[in-house]
Amino acid sequence: MPSLGNIRRSFAPWEDPAAKPYISFQNVTKRFGTFTAVENLSLNVYEREFFSLLGPSGCGKTTLLRMLAGFEEPTEGELYLDGQPLKGVPPHKRPVNMMFQSYALFPHMTVADNIAFGLKQDGMAKPERDERVAQMLKLVKLEQFAGRKPHQLSGGQRQRVALARSVAKRPKLLILDEPLGALDKKLREETQFELMDLQQELGLTFMIVTHDQEEAMTMSDRIAVMDKGVIVQTGTPAEIYEAPNSRYVADFIGSVNILEGKVTPAGEGRIVLDGPDGRITGAVRDGAPATGETAWFAIRPEKIEIGRTPPEGAVNRLEGEVWDIAYLGDMTIINVKLASGTVVQAATLNRFRLVEDPIGYEERVWLSFNPDSGVVLRS
Amino acid sequence: MNARWSWFNITSVVFGFAFLYLPIVLLVIYSFNESRLVTVWAGFSTKWYGELFRNQGLLDAAWVTVRVAFISATVATVLGTLAAVSLVRFTRFNGRTLFTGMVYAPLVMPEVITGLSLLLLFVSINFARGFWTVTLAHITFSLCFVAVVVQSRLVTFDRSLEEAAQDLGCPPFQAFMKVTLPVILPAVISGWMLAFTLSLDDLVIASFTSGPGATTLPMKIYSQVRLGVTPEINAVCTILIGVVSVGVIIASILTKTREVQRQRDEQAAFAQ
Repeated sequence: MPSLGNIRRSFAPWEDPAAKPYISFQNVTKRFGTFTAVENLSLNVYEREFFSLLGPSGCGKTTLLRMLAGFEEPTEGELYLDGQPLKGVPPHKRPVNMMFQSYALFPHMTVADNIAFGLKQDGMAKPERDERVAQMLKLVKLEQFAGRKPHQLSGGQRQRVALARSVAKRPKLLILDEPLGALDKKLREETQFELMDLQQELGLTFMIVTHDQEEAMTMSDRIAVMDKGVIVQTGTPAEIYEAPNSRYVADFIGSVNILEGKVTPAGEGRIVLDGPDGRITGAVRDGAPATGETAWFAIRPEKIEIGRTPPEGAVNRLEGEVWDIAYLGDMTIINVKLASGTVVQAATLNRFRLVEDPIGYEERVWLSFNPDSGVVLRS
Repeated sequence: MNARWSWFNITSVVFGFAFLYLPIVLLVIYSFNESRLVTVWAGFSTKWYGELFRNQGLLDAAWVTVRVAFISATVATVLGTLAAVSLVRFTRFNGRTLFTGMVYAPLVMPEVITGLSLLLLFVSINFARGFWTVTLAHITFSLCFVAVVVQSRLVTFDRSLEEAAQDLGCPPFQAFMKVTLPVILPAVISGWMLAFTLSLDDLVIASFTSGPGATTLPMKIYSQVRLGVTPEINAVCTILIGVVSVGVIIASILTKTREVQRQRDEQAAFAQ
C-alpha cells in the first residue's frame, strides 16, 4: 500500500513502543476558575523531536507550555520530564528554557548581559561565560550588537537575542511560544530554517506553540492540533495534511473541499456518499462508516483535475461553472460552483509560462478526482 | 498645531500664570527686602538670609523636617511598592476591591481626620509623642501616594520579563530585585520624591502627632507667622521653593532626556 510521505523517515521514535518519552503529559487538566483550558490531555514527546502545538488562540496550547515551564501547575494529572515528575518544581529549578512571545528581553541590560543572565545565575565563571556569550552572538549573527540595549534593535534582531538567551544555558528542552509571530513573512520564512538548523546543531528537543499552520508544517517532526483544550490529532505534517481525522483538522491545515453525503457500501474498501452535490466514491482504510450514516469526503484543491470535457473513466466527476479565478504565480486557484450551489476549489500548478486558451470565467468545466485522493471523515 | 496666538489666548495664559505664581513671586521679592516691615519696600538686601542662619530655632526645625522626610519617604516607598506589587499581581484574591479602596482612601481623607485619629491611637497605646510619632504618621499617609505612582507603572510592566528571569534560574525574589525593580525604578524614585515633599510641607498631621522637641519647619513657620510675618520667614520659604524647584526640574530633565534618547535609538534601529 502506498504510504504518506515522511521526509525524516529515519527519525520516528514515536513509532517505537520501547522508546522512552522525554516529556510526558498524563491526563493533565488545567482549570482557571470555571474555565477549563486543558482537559484530560495525554501526550508524549521524544528527545530531539521538533514538536508543534497548533491551534487557534484560546485552545489551551500556551497553557500547556506554561505548565511545562512551571508557571502554571496542572489542576489534575501528572507531568514528567525525562522520567522525573515535575509537580511542585518551581520554574527556576526546571532544566527547561522558554522563549517568550513578547521576547521578554530585559530592557535595562545590553544584548550581551541579556544572554549572560542565565549563565551568571548558574554561577558560571566569567571567562567561560564570556566565551559562551560570544559563541551565542555568533550563532544568531549579532556579534556587532553585543553592547546595544534591546530598544536599539529591530524586531528581527530582538527575536534572535531572545533565542540566543534561551539556548545559552544549553537546556535539553526549549519551549517556544509563538516565536515568529511578530516578524514579517519573509523574515519568518528565513528564521524557520534557522531554527531547524539550530535544533539539529545543538541536538535539542523543541516544543513550539503556533497558530500558523504553514510554520508548523515547515519545521515540525510532529504536530498536535488542539481545539478547546484537547488534542484532536497528533501526527507528522504529512499525516495531518493527507489523513486528517476530522473536518476540524482538515479545515485547520491548508485548504480543503468538504462534500457531505449518506453512506452506502460500494465493494472492497470503498463507499459511496449520496449527497446534494452528487454521488462521490471514496476509499476507506479502516473503520468504514455504517450504511445510512452521514459522512464527509475531504479533498485538497491540488488533487482535483479540472477540464472542459467530461473526463473518460473517472470514478468521481462533478460538473460546474467557473466562479472565481485566483492567479498566485506558482499556481492558479479556480473556484467552481456546482449545480447544488456548493463551491469547490481546484488548484493547478502553472508548469508552463505560456498557456494556450486558459480556462476563463463562467465556463462550464468538469472536476474529477480519485477515490483515494481524499479521505472519508466521520466527524 | 500652528494656531496663532489670539488676544484671548494671551490674556488667559497671563491671568492663569499670574493667579498661580504672583503670590510666590511677591514672597521671593520681599525676602530680599531691607525693611523689617514685610510690605514696605526699602531697598535690596540679603541680610535676612544671614539672620536666618543665626536663628537656631529655625535651623533645628529644618533639621527635624529633613530627617522626618527622609526616613518617612524611604519607609513609605518600600511599603508602598510592596502594596502596589500585591495589588497588581494578585488580581484574584478575595476582597481585592476593598483592599484597593482602603489603600486609596487616605488620599482623599481630610488631613485633620488622619491627624486626629493618629493622635488618638498614639495616646491610647501610650506612645510618647515626638520625632517618631511624626515620622510614623508621615509614613502612613505618604505610603498611599507611593502605591498609586508605582501601581500605575506596574500596570504596563510586562509580566513575562519576570517569568523570563525565573525561567533562566532566578528564584522569585531575586527576579524581582534584578529585573522588575530596575525597570520600575523611575516610578519608585518619583514615588520617593513625592513622599519626601509631602512630608516636607505637611503642617496639619505634624501638628497633631508631634510632641516636645520635634517641631517641624512648617510648624515653626506657622507659629512665627502668628506673631507677625518677618522677612526671615520669607527667606526660609524662598530657600524651600528653590530646593523643591531644583528637584522637580532635575527629575523632569532626567525623564525627558531618557525618553528622547530612547525614541532616537528606536528610530535608528528601525531605519536599518
